Amino acid sequence: MRQFLGFLVTMVTAALLIYSTPEMPGWGDPNSPASTHVSPRYIEKADEETHTPNIVTAVLADYRGYDTMGETMVVFVAGIGCIMLLRRRQHK
Amino acid sequence: MIRRNDDLIIETLARLLIPFIQAFALYVLFLGHYSPGGGFQGGVLVAASLILLIIAFDLEKTTKRFSEKFNVICNGGGVFIYAGIGLLCILLGGNLLDYSVLSKILPVGPEEARALGILGVEIGVEITVAACLVSIFIDLAANGEN
Repeated sequence: MRQFLGFLVTMVTAALLIYSTPEMPGWGDPNSPASTHVSPRYIEKADEETHTPNIVTAVLADYRGYDTMGETMVVFVAGIGCIMLLRRRQHK
Repeated sequence: MIRRNDDLIIETLARLLIPFIQAFALYVLFLGHYSPGGGFQGGVLVAASLILLIIAFDLEKTTKRFSEKFNVICNGGGVFIYAGIGLLCILLGGNLLDYSVLSKILPVGPEEARALGILGVEIGVEITVAACLVSIFIDLAANGEN
């Protein structure tokens, strides 16, 4: 009985997800909510505001610089973790 | 532990390739403003050149030139450069990582200051990524014998 209940819940969830999939915005749709919020401003103003022709670099290091600082700290903490786990000093 | 095995062809090829790989790493770093590239990719190239040095020669010779102490200093130093530029922006009266206020101490306008700020933080990212990858490789290759 419990197995049947779990199967039913899974099927209903899958049906709801499949039913809602066509409502998602199309791939690369310029009118989707994600493409109309801040993206047009970056595309129009990135070159004149930062003098960086590559918009990806301007967004990565300038507009979203705080995010990239976190990424760098993740790399740093990963390196420190490997040193603490793997480095062994021989006692002389 | 990687030991030296005196292979003339491999050592000569590594001697020839390593400077070009490192020059290409700097090229990728500075080209990040104009095309795909930047700190992460350049840092991986620097790490690849040093790992090639370890494989072609041996670990002791490499760690004599690029010691583990200096490696750890570089690992934290890159993050320090990144966060230091952010803190400098606050001290000059802007927000965190708002590079346009760097024009107060650099002889350029606010827009060029933002381009230079991007370059500064990319250099920090490059140093951290390179030192982190090399330190992981050294710790694995040393097999607890360093």
